Amino acid sequence: MKSSRKATIKQRLASYRRSPSSLMLRILVILAAATTAFILLTIIGYIVMRGIPHINAGLFAWEYTTENVSMMPAIINTITMTALALALAVPIGIFSAIYLVEYARRGNRLVSLVRITAETLSGIPSIVYGLFGFLLFAIALGWGLTFLGGALTLAVMILPLVMRTTEEALIAVPDMYREGSFGLGAGKLRTVFQIVLPAAIPGILAGVILSIGRIVGETAALIFSAGTIAGVPSSLMDSGRTLSVHMYALLSEGLYMDEAYATAVVLLLLVVVINTLSAVVARAFSRR
Amino acid sequence: MKSFRENFMRAIFLSAACTSIAAVALICYFMFSSGLPTIAQIGPAEFLLGRIWKPLNDLFGIFPMIIGSLWVTIGAMVVGVPVGLLTAVFLARFCPSRLYRMLKPAVELLAGIPSIVYGFFGLVVIVPILQELLGTNGKGIITASILLGIMILPTIIGVAEAAIRAVPESYYEGALALGATHERSVFTTVLPAAKSGILAAVILGVGRAIGETMAVIMVAGNQAVVPGSLTSGVRTMTANIVLEMGYATDLHRDALIATAVVLFAFILIINLSFSLIKRRMK
Repeated sequence: MKSSRKATIKQRLASYRRSPSSLMLRILVILAAATTAFILLTIIGYIVMRGIPHINAGLFAWEYTTENVSMMPAIINTITMTALALALAVPIGIFSAIYLVEYARRGNRLVSLVRITAETLSGIPSIVYGLFGFLLFAIALGWGLTFLGGALTLAVMILPLVMRTTEEALIAVPDMYREGSFGLGAGKLRTVFQIVLPAAIPGILAGVILSIGRIVGETAALIFSAGTIAGVPSSLMDSGRTLSVHMYALLSEGLYMDEAYATAVVLLLLVVVINTLSAVVARAFSRR
Repeated sequence: MKSFRENFMRAIFLSAACTSIAAVALICYFMFSSGLPTIAQIGPAEFLLGRIWKPLNDLFGIFPMIIGSLWVTIGAMVVGVPVGLLTAVFLARFCPSRLYRMLKPAVELLAGIPSIVYGFFGLVVIVPILQELLGTNGKGIITASILLGIMILPTIIGVAEAAIRAVPESYYEGALALGATHERSVFTTVLPAAKSGILAAVILGVGRAIGETMAVIMVAGNQAVVPGSLTSGVRTMTANIVLEMGYATDLHRDALIATAVVLFAFILIINLSFSLIKRRMK
């Protein structure tokens, strides 16, 4: 196999002369991959080059004013929003994956219903989540635009992601582990928490990191659930905006292009860090 | 005591599993119960086929927005599907492993970039370029299509690559043994065998494109009229909601929620066809 692929240039040219369409296909495929790489480099290169000169100390002041347009409150909000949404969604996601993998019997009706609804949830666009959050938390429950409403909306949004990755991680744990644990006299619950879950942690963690990425990048679902107030909210029942929403607000006001560039750089940086983390965790997982 | 704890936790796990069912039920309930009466009140024909959207005059026709969403989605497919599929073929079948270790994270990074950053990039890079080239204000179907085409790349690449990799190696080897070149073997035996996976990738891309909001809003122009040409501005259903929800009241607000219901219906149909195809794959 390997040797046939490593044909000499001469042989290759000869085979392409016999079949020119193959050469065309190869060029097309390489062009497409080059385009994809080029697009990524352009986006990152352009935003970083134009954005870095606009980063200054004022953008990281603790208080937001219309003069400094600080993104610090938005960064703090992003961190608390992420923590809150994860705290709500991760336990539920892990528990439901445990039910699906460890408890449910094969061909259980409920299981297929859970799978279908989880699939549906992962396909719903974020603007529909936003309106749902608005209708349920802001209107029906009468909260108005609140940080908690935003976090709950995001929690529903990332739930299928946490569920699916945890499910895959649990399935990947060899049955031997469970049998060994049962053989030593441990109960089902003990087996799940002491044997299966610890072995699945890297996979679960990778899913959690992916979820963090989605929360950090989310805008449409938050505008109408958590609102767009620029400061750090004093309680969960106040409005507050995350970094992505902050950037949207800057762009829609139209006065703060420079600050938008700087915010985009910070967002990109966050995404790079999150992706690197998930790659590291995934590698640790595959090595085991 | 022990069996009580076992049963108690089992009940907890079960109720956690039911959360996603409850979530879908709640979302459906709130969307449909606020949207459907509005559609009935405006009149389904006037709402879905009306060509004039003038909330101040109580004219709520979302036909231009439906057409707008369809146009930019089709445009995004035209831009994104060929590049995405060919890139997936490259990653699965042509890529040296050293290059793969760089290209794969790059594609994942593309998936992680927030849509508002994509929108910003479209606004400051793609719009000015098209302004030069087309002599228009640069915002419109074409701009939105290019940007959305880029945004759906990682989705299409990821799903299609997995589908291509799932084709048994013997297909490829059989074609090689019959004297086909590497390229022909891949394109005439491996790709056809992966076609339902590839179709799933495309459908998932359609779902992403039609539901995208923040990026489209920056580059589509947002005029609520049926577009006359590929260069004219459009407003998608998603953009309609975000643009006006902030200040809308009464029937206007209900009409926006009803717009989301129509979008939701589109998404449900797309999801359904996706899961049907996925089931057929197994």
